[in-house]
Amino acid sequence: MKPLFIDSKMRLDPAEHKVPNDSYTLGPIQAGEPCCIPKTLFSIKNLSLHYGTKPALKNVSLDIYEGCITALIGPSGCGKTSFLSTLNRLTDMLPDCKVTGDIQFNGNDLRDPSVDVLGLRRDIGMIFQKPVPFLLSIRRNIELPLREHGITKQSEVDSIVQQVLQDVGLWEEVKDRLESSALALSGGQQQRLCIARALALKPKVLLMDEPCSALDPISSAVVEDLITSLRGRYTVIIVTHNLAQAKRIANYAGFFWVSDRAGCLIEFGQCKQVFEAPVHELTAAYVDGSRG
Amino acid sequence: MSTNTLATCLIWLAALFVTAVFVCLLADIISQGLTGLSWSYLIEPPQDAGRAGGIGSIIVSTGLILLVAIATSAPLGLATAILLTEFSTQKSTFAQFVERSLDVLSGIPSIIFGLFGNAFFCIYLGLGFSILSGGLTLACMALPILIRTATEGLRAVPNDYRLSAAALSMTRTSALIHLLVPAATPALVAGLMLGIGRAGAETAALIFTSGYVDRMPDSVMDSGRALSVHIYDLSMNVAGGDAKANSAALVLIILLFVINSVSSFLANHWMHKRIIHL
Ligand SMILES: Nc1ncnc2c1ncn2[C@@H]1O[C@H](COP(=O)(O)OP(=O)(O)OP(=O)(O)O)[C@@H](O)[C@H]1O
Ligand SMILES: [Mg+2]
Repeated sequence: MKPLFIDSKMRLDPAEHKVPNDSYTLGPIQAGEPCCIPKTLFSIKNLSLHYGTKPALKNVSLDIYEGCITALIGPSGCGKTSFLSTLNRLTDMLPDCKVTGDIQFNGNDLRDPSVDVLGLRRDIGMIFQKPVPFLLSIRRNIELPLREHGITKQSEVDSIVQQVLQDVGLWEEVKDRLESSALALSGGQQQRLCIARALALKPKVLLMDEPCSALDPISSAVVEDLITSLRGRYTVIIVTHNLAQAKRIANYAGFFWVSDRAGCLIEFGQCKQVFEAPVHELTAAYVDGSRG
Repeated sequence: MSTNTLATCLIWLAALFVTAVFVCLLADIISQGLTGLSWSYLIEPPQDAGRAGGIGSIIVSTGLILLVAIATSAPLGLATAILLTEFSTQKSTFAQFVERSLDVLSGIPSIIFGLFGNAFFCIYLGLGFSILSGGLTLACMALPILIRTATEGLRAVPNDYRLSAAALSMTRTSALIHLLVPAATPALVAGLMLGIGRAGAETAALIFTSGYVDRMPDSVMDSGRALSVHIYDLSMNVAGGDAKANSAALVLIILLFVINSVSSFLANHWMHKRIIHL
């Protein structure tokens, strides 16, 4: 087992969540622009994925830049979720799922069998399309993974719980009922709880699969602000069907499309370019809203 | 009459019939057994082959046999179910083989289990006619049904939990302990209940393994007579034992009912404490 990632000094304190945007070290932030000197974090080459014999992704190649927000757009069933799950090796858990191709993460081969998958998944958090709160209290939902990772001091756990719930705008709503079941929360609250749960582990990368699809405009805005505030400190890959949102928050955008029954990456580039001057006509049609 | 009303009538009739059978049976046993039931009947040892005295020693033997059966079959059953669901895929040859064998096992008549238990536990392992042999034989009988319900319970837990836990970098074991097994608890308890129900009502398998002796057992290595064996013996072999057989049958029914209620209460209570609402 070799650890893939990196010195632990890079892990950030919850207190630092409050640091205002402009004091990030990675340079000025502007939506639609690269946020910093692009440093490749994931380098993906010729990635293909099959469920049984059915192809779901074909020859996807792209680079994900550190500290930036990358938005993935595309119609339903084009393999966006499948793509995200290759990045934290969640595809290992699906028995008939075969992945081929090359993924470099921070300069190391991510698909190497000797990689410490637990450590990898701690560095790369994931938020699912459908919220999956565990059958536990709200507090235990966040506490359980924390304790798993050796954070057991009650005061420390409590402060992290409060911090992450504040980050997702849930604290005021649930602070009086932390001990009640997480299943009693509304769908949108559950999704924010799941985001909080992932943030609590302080990952370096966040894979977000349509995090706002179940949210009302207000909590959607909260989550969006949260994602924007992560820029520079976290690398975020977000799948979204909300093109306006992608345009607002992303630095880079990738457009997936189904061709020959398999998903492929049609276009990838700076967000501004993909939305305003797409090279491929499919992309142009899709961002125009006339297809897909 | 429309098909709809006809169907409704049929369904109601069927429900009525089933309930009626149950009520008649219960009423018969209660009316004949209640008179003989008293505190002393429950604690005194049987006399004159059960015609007189009570069933104190028999209740103790029955309890011990069930305890042995539960203590061995529950962990074994849970472990097998976990192996089948979490550590092998449903399509693997191994899982299919095990599940086929369990299906066949659950259809085997109890007298065969009795003969097997006698040959294996009593003679081959040298445990003799004893409560231990009886309990272990019952465990073998209860296992298939236990494993089947536990496997179904675990499989019914959505895969999302496993993926979410993995994405939070939790190990498989801790996902199992903290998330999957608690989510499957109702099914596990139901399986255990079915298993115990089958074991507690068992006669044939016990005659060959835990034996007839109606003395108070000193240890699990002693032979002990189970309630069901006692009922069988009183009504088939002992002239004038029918009244006592009815009382014993009533006790057996109450006992199974109590075990059932207590365990579902415990399961509910435990889940409530962990705030699990399904
Ligand atoms: N576990 C699985 N087993 C078999 N096929 C799968 C599995 N998961 C996804 N697929 C198939 O792979 C293809 C891509 O699915 P995926 O979930 O990645 O799409 P998506 O882009 O996330 O779609 P959506 O926008 O609707 O979430 C689909 O055709 C789907 O049917
Ligand atoms: Mg998806």
